[in-house]
Amino acid sequence: MSNQTRREFLRTAGAIAAASCLPMTAVEMAFADKSKNFTFAYISDAHIQHIKGAEFVRNWDRGLIRAVAEANLLEPKPDFVVFGGDLAQLGKKSELDHGAEMLSKLNYKTYCVMGEHDYYLDLGEYWSKLFGDHYYSWDHKGVHFVVLNSILTYDEWTHERWPTAEQRMLEMAGLDNPNGSPFMVGEKQRKWLEKDLKKVSKDTPVVVFSHSPIQKIYAGWNFWTQDAEEVQALLKPFDDVTVVYGHVHQIQYNQIGNISFNAVMATAWPWPYPESYVHADVKWPNMTVPMNRADPFFERDATGWQMVDLDRGRVGLRYNLYDNTDRTVAYNRDTGRPEDMDFQDEADRVPPQTHY
Amino acid sequence: MRYKIAGLVVVAAVLALVIGRVATRADEFTEEDLKRWESEFMSVVKDGRELWVSAELGTNGVACAQCHPNAANTHPETYPKFQQQLGRVVAFREMINWCLMNPLEGEPLELDEYRMIAMEAYATYERRGVPLAPGKH
Repeated sequence: MSNQTRREFLRTAGAIAAASCLPMTAVEMAFADKSKNFTFAYISDAHIQHIKGAEFVRNWDRGLIRAVAEANLLEPKPDFVVFGGDLAQLGKKSELDHGAEMLSKLNYKTYCVMGEHDYYLDLGEYWSKLFGDHYYSWDHKGVHFVVLNSILTYDEWTHERWPTAEQRMLEMAGLDNPNGSPFMVGEKQRKWLEKDLKKVSKDTPVVVFSHSPIQKIYAGWNFWTQDAEEVQALLKPFDDVTVVYGHVHQIQYNQIGNISFNAVMATAWPWPYPESYVHADVKWPNMTVPMNRADPFFERDATGWQMVDLDRGRVGLRYNLYDNTDRTVAYNRDTGRPEDMDFQDEADRVPPQTHY
Repeated sequence: MRYKIAGLVVVAAVLALVIGRVATRADEFTEEDLKRWESEFMSVVKDGRELWVSAELGTNGVACAQCHPNAANTHPETYPKFQQQLGRVVAFREMINWCLMNPLEGEPLELDEYRMIAMEAYATYERRGVPLAPGKH
């Protein structure tokens, strides 16, 4: 079995490596039942930021415009697109409208995930008018997809602590702001998820999209979901589970039991790895080969978007990195965890992957 | 006469006290001094932090902390260093100005002005404990 799967992994890696020469070509898996394989695109963290009047921060606009334009050029076409949250910077109608206008250019069905920057001004009211429910699920080609709103927090923080909605938004928008509050899915949504998953057979692949990681990485920057363990427990009975999350603006991946975790890039700007903040208490079992350190002189460096291959219920993420070499992180059936297809081995790493 | 002598003694005693106080050896300082100096420094760090998260330095509402939470990924301990994109050795303050002019679309600060010193103090304070590594990329 392991030799067979190892070969499959390598063949898949070869196919993806070959495809990475053609940036707009979606990958077709070589050794699998084609009817069950498909591709979707994942764009996240645009942080569209209103200045005044009709002015928006040009840099962030360009990131989202580019991702949308490139996703439209994909061939073969992805089955759908997911936008992973933080469309706006400060939850303003102007920002959500401007971002929605850009997303409307996508030629595909688009599913949206709530980010904290979209939420904490009006608690998602205007976002709902544009994009619908805050959490929901659907089935597609034998896979059960779930979108969670994972950026909720304690009621007291949300409803009682701040004199104005604007201040609440600003306090949550500062990543390193000690006045922020831990993200959580919350009991109400966990009950909904439990009920939603009851109708799904245990051998059906489950893919969860959330904004925050549904695992605990570093509380200081809210790379964190307070009730991560409770949500993971609901996902534990399934054979193949993947969580794809935004928020962290960097390549990250991890495996906890049966659950694979994959983070996506931002189109707006990159974030440092928490380990590079010397006073951060970071304890997660990091198996990630980091993305290259950002070169700020290239405005789009260390930002990008992803094509996601669904291969028999497990995902491979092809990172389209603007101004940098593309990367592919895919589930390796041999080792039972996501791995970088070029750099996972220590000996294959390059100096820009060293962060400090 | 006795009054005069007594007066001189008093003056001498007062002078001795005053001079004694003023003429403390240069390298002598107290716990109280240390506390005061630290609090002077920390008040500048605090101002630097406020500038770091402020939208006021640039023209587009972007703040330093948006890309550099806790001033991470700024590496003040590596400066001065050869900044390959500029083709010369630069000081940390020049890179603060580079960010003010580019992502923040603002004007550079004078290198010795208070706000510049405050931001350098903040970024360096967040990096406290890390060994100096001038020139490291």
